[in-house]
Amino acid sequence: MEFLSENWGLIQSAFLTTLSLAVVSGICALLLGTVLAAMRVSPIPALRGLATFYVEIFRNTPLTVVFFFLVFGLVYVDVQFPSRFIAAVAALALYTAAFVCEALRSGINAVPAGQAEAARALGLDFRQSLTTVVLPQAFRTVVPPLGNVWIALAKNTSIAAGFAVTDLTALLQRLANANADQLLLVFAAVVLGYLVITLPSAYGISVLERRLAIVR
Amino acid sequence: MSASVLFDVPGPRGRRRQRIGSVVGALVVLALVGLAAWRLGANGQLDPSRWAILFDARTNVPQRLLEALLNTLEVAAVGMVAATVLGAFLAVGRLSDHAWVRIPVAAVIEFFRAVPLLVLILFCFLFLPRTGISISAFGALALGLTLYNMAVLAEIIRAGILSVDRGQSEAAYAVGMRKWQVMTFILVPQAVRRMLPVLIAQLVVLLKDSSLGFIVGYLELLRTARSLVETLNFQFGPIYTFQLYVAAAVVYILVNLLLSWLARVVERRTGRSTKAAATTEAKLPADVQMGGGGGTV
Repeated sequence: MEFLSENWGLIQSAFLTTLSLAVVSGICALLLGTVLAAMRVSPIPALRGLATFYVEIFRNTPLTVVFFFLVFGLVYVDVQFPSRFIAAVAALALYTAAFVCEALRSGINAVPAGQAEAARALGLDFRQSLTTVVLPQAFRTVVPPLGNVWIALAKNTSIAAGFAVTDLTALLQRLANANADQLLLVFAAVVLGYLVITLPSAYGISVLERRLAIVR
Repeated sequence: MSASVLFDVPGPRGRRRQRIGSVVGALVVLALVGLAAWRLGANGQLDPSRWAILFDARTNVPQRLLEALLNTLEVAAVGMVAATVLGAFLAVGRLSDHAWVRIPVAAVIEFFRAVPLLVLILFCFLFLPRTGISISAFGALALGLTLYNMAVLAEIIRAGILSVDRGQSEAAYAVGMRKWQVMTFILVPQAVRRMLPVLIAQLVVLLKDSSLGFIVGYLELLRTARSLVETLNFQFGPIYTFQLYVAAAVVYILVNLLLSWLARVVERRTGRSTKAAATTEAKLPADVQMGGGGGTV
């Protein structure tokens, strides 16, 4: 326990790094994913094709490879991220957006066709019927899958540790090298750090799901 | 709801607008690609001689990449087989009637799903040697992948078992089968058949996750690309870096697209099969495919 209090400052800052990584990239992924989902159901074939291409590529690329390209590859097109943290946020957001898009698309497909037909019968155009009728309902039905994507994202932030972001997993590697005798305690602290993010999230999601569920 | 419900079939004006939009969009994308290509070209990255190294057998690069691909596939295959077998046992255990089996199994499943895969791999890599169990990078990676994926697969198989029509097990009990007979002869075969596309999709995830071997120093594709870059940089200076990373990424994407395509083919075949008709629809949730830590806690 003494060991934990000695390193409390490190643990706290690592935890906050992990949390802010997850939150910032989660918000970016949600925005980008929503745009992608709208593109995938849009009337313009080129937009549909582009979004499908994006989703297929990112779903089939390991997150580590995405990280690799943003951290080591973009230098060759003369793009440089201001910090490793921002590069990590970009990698996580780009990767997760593909999964947000897929979850949302399944939600859009779950909205009964009558809703969109009624919206069109009232004279709403594509943008209006999507943003005021279909998407609000879609978001409510995809609370559980989106929540799971969020939890997966929180756990995926651990990969940033391999790319010089000082998050919980990086702390694990650092403390593990320095304190061989306390290794089990280090692991317990780090796992607990992740659980502090994921368990309340899982609870919050189930509450949100019950509050928002649409009874049909 | 299909997408076409959201908009009318476009008329002549709408079609014209769409065409203009498509052309403008395509131009923007082309401009971005062109810009990237121009910067690459300006830095000399598109020089054919730099790319030739990927196919030049004398430099040992294609051999090393092939070997790396085999390493990646090997660890994924070991992980997949072990995870499927263990996952099936855990799934059956979680559905057990006895609380003393059900509760510990549920705890094991939930624990391994809640811990990030990378932390699991690091645990195997850093902690197990301290307890006197010597373990290679391959072993740590395979063990981490197995532990994590067995928990995920257990949930998938459990969902599959639960999706088998209740009449199937009732009929089996009616003809006098025991519980283990119902499970092994009636439920699990149908569940596995039903879940085959999902299992293959999980293989894609596992293959993607094997790239975490990069961090523990297992010579899979990414690590090999990195070590090749280091040796070649030593010999010729930093001129092949970009090419090797692109090659590794392309191999990953191709193998995974191939597997995804296989999953779709299997899905279509099982969808047509009459033997699978007795089950209700069951699908892999989107988040599980994120890998590295997908799934609920």
